[in-house]
Amino acid sequence: MSASATVNASYLENLLAGQPHLPASPLAWLNALRAEAVDRVGALTVPTLRDEEWRFTDISMLTKMSFHPVRTTISLQVADIERFYIEEATTRLVFVDGVYAPQLSSAATDHGISVLNLEAGFAAHAAAIEPYLGRLTEFHNNVFAALNTAFLHDTALIVVPRDISVKVPVHLLFIATQKDVVSYPRCLILAESGSAVTVIEDYVSLQEDAYFTNAVTEIALVDNARVNHIRVQREGAKAFHIANCAVSVARASNYQSVSVAFGARISRYNLNVKLAEGAECAVDGLALISGRQLADTHTCIDHAKPQAISNQMHKCIVGGSAHAVFNGKVMVRQDAQRTDSKQSNRNLLLTSKAHVDTKPQLEIFADDVKCTHGATIGQLDDEEVFYLQSRGLSDTAARNMLTYAFGAEIIERIPISSLKYQLEQTVLEQTSAQL
Amino acid sequence: MIHQDSKVLLEVSGLCANVNGTEILKGLNLTVRSGEIHAIMGPNGSGKSTFSKILAGHSAYEVTGGTVMFEGQDLLELAPEERARAGVFLAFQYPIEIPGVGNSQFLRLTYNTVQTHRGKEELDPLEFDDFVREKMKLLEMSPDFLERSVNEGFSGGEKKRNEILQMAMLDPRLAILDETDSGLDIDALRVVAGGVNQLANKDNAIVLVTHYQRLLNYIVPDYVHVMEAGRIIKTGGKELALELESRGYDWVGVEHKAAMGAQA
Ligand SMILES: Nc1ncnc2c1ncn2[C@@H]1O[C@H](COP(=O)(O)OP(=O)(O)O)[C@@H](O)[C@H]1O
Ligand SMILES: [Mg+2]
Repeated sequence: MSASATVNASYLENLLAGQPHLPASPLAWLNALRAEAVDRVGALTVPTLRDEEWRFTDISMLTKMSFHPVRTTISLQVADIERFYIEEATTRLVFVDGVYAPQLSSAATDHGISVLNLEAGFAAHAAAIEPYLGRLTEFHNNVFAALNTAFLHDTALIVVPRDISVKVPVHLLFIATQKDVVSYPRCLILAESGSAVTVIEDYVSLQEDAYFTNAVTEIALVDNARVNHIRVQREGAKAFHIANCAVSVARASNYQSVSVAFGARISRYNLNVKLAEGAECAVDGLALISGRQLADTHTCIDHAKPQAISNQMHKCIVGGSAHAVFNGKVMVRQDAQRTDSKQSNRNLLLTSKAHVDTKPQLEIFADDVKCTHGATIGQLDDEEVFYLQSRGLSDTAARNMLTYAFGAEIIERIPISSLKYQLEQTVLEQTSAQL
Repeated sequence: MIHQDSKVLLEVSGLCANVNGTEILKGLNLTVRSGEIHAIMGPNGSGKSTFSKILAGHSAYEVTGGTVMFEGQDLLELAPEERARAGVFLAFQYPIEIPGVGNSQFLRLTYNTVQTHRGKEELDPLEFDDFVREKMKLLEMSPDFLERSVNEGFSGGEKKRNEILQMAMLDPRLAILDETDSGLDIDALRVVAGGVNQLANKDNAIVLVTHYQRLLNYIVPDYVHVMEAGRIIKTGGKELALELESRGYDWVGVEHKAAMGAQA
């Protein structure tokens, strides 16, 4: 065994150290799932730059630090976290360092929808969730998803029954409060046939030291369902954030997602969307980073069946000596005739040291398809700056406005006004701070 | 309207300019007094847009000779935004789109910025809304255009209206309209021209850049200039536009060369 593999193995052992203390679940399949995940962690290694999927994203810094699962949870008051609340989203589950905080949550089982922690959901939903929990995410070849699954305990569970359309957005708020802690946020969203729901998955921090968030989200849309998924990664400046999200979009369902990444020293988001016949998805993203941040987004949209539609617009605004990575795979399988797929990746570099690696990847095995994709990397357009100056705005004001606009185009797609406003303010502050 | 005693707004003499090392303007002279409407006509590529952008302060063009005085100050010394605040306005041939910025937000920011620099009151969002809606009526624009992103998805004609709307708001002393007529159907042309006519007064001046005579049926110029290869080679009254329409531009160049030859 080479030295690096040893370091690697002990690192994972270390991370797993807290695992045996988890209480066993009353569900045998859940215990089996965890055990399987522990096995996979044993068999897998932490990725390095030599792995194709990680070639632009150096996480050696993460492996040099040691993190432990939370030992004692800090008890927070509403006043501590109120500023993260989203006005419209009155149904809320709060997790503090990965641990469910019932006193801060307003779980709902009214209007037919269930929003609760997994344990409370066992009785009513065990059978419904078994086909999805730990099955949508391919943890067998993904060490971070395997680790998360090994620790699978507190889990945000949303079950929307058949033909129920939920008006009130659900806010899943994950709050980091302690340094050196690793947390394993987990979400499962099950939208039954003909249902509709909007979910905000939100990562925030109350402290600025290093910690590690390793999250997994699984979303299943049964036929004719609609899910709006808004993901906000606003972790602390020294945080590590690695997240995997797997979405299964069944026949004629519609998955709309906007994900924004502002925080963390190093972040990685893997989003896999699998489209069935006549399914549709819009997968939009914005990474706005500066300083020495690294934000990596890997998406895979899998057109598995005919006549599905996918639209993707991913943008990065990179300042300082920050580094953004985008890898956008679109797969059109042999069976997926009449696929309609659009992908666009646009990157704005604000400084000469800012850096972007982008890799759109189209893999098409069907012949009757409409696929377009494009990637651009650039500075602000001089003609655009001039246009605004000719209207009286200073060079700085013009650049701020254009940078803001670049990001706002994505934020605008968030269907919740107060969150949209909040995030627009963040973009405004970030972009004017950079110039 | 020509009044020989009205004051000179713009005095361009011997203006020469390069872009990427190529000389585009080669000794351009033009005097514009307040109250006047000028038309600059000329074939594609003669340098009309270059001249317009130089007046507005575009940094891609390097002025290599000549002077431009605006109300007695050296215009070339000013940054583009200072020119705008001083009262120079360019309606672009190709207005840009700014997805992500609401048109009303943009209009209000530019309006308030310019007002502040002119020592005037800013308007709050509500006051501005009334103000801009009033101006939009002038151009028969639907208030819906306030809700949309700046020029995003606007048709060619809608973009041009949005340009003239900005002119109406910013109340310039000197407005340069670069091909504002191109891309307009006849109804839109009538509306836009009507708006421009209402904005023209004895204290400001308008320079229309066009290569069609059509616009000049609606906005009647006091002077028509013919531009060729980076120079104004002939100046006449509004009837010159009609002559250009029927005879084309070539004869003007021939006449000009002959005149230059006779001089030498
Ligand atoms: N940015 C530029 N780079 C290179 N050439 C340019 C640029 N802008 C204008 N030109 C050239 O200058 C000449 C005049 O162009 P322009 O001013 O647009 O003419 P007009 O508006 O009269 O049609 C043309 O030959 C054009 O190709
Ligand atoms: Mg032109």
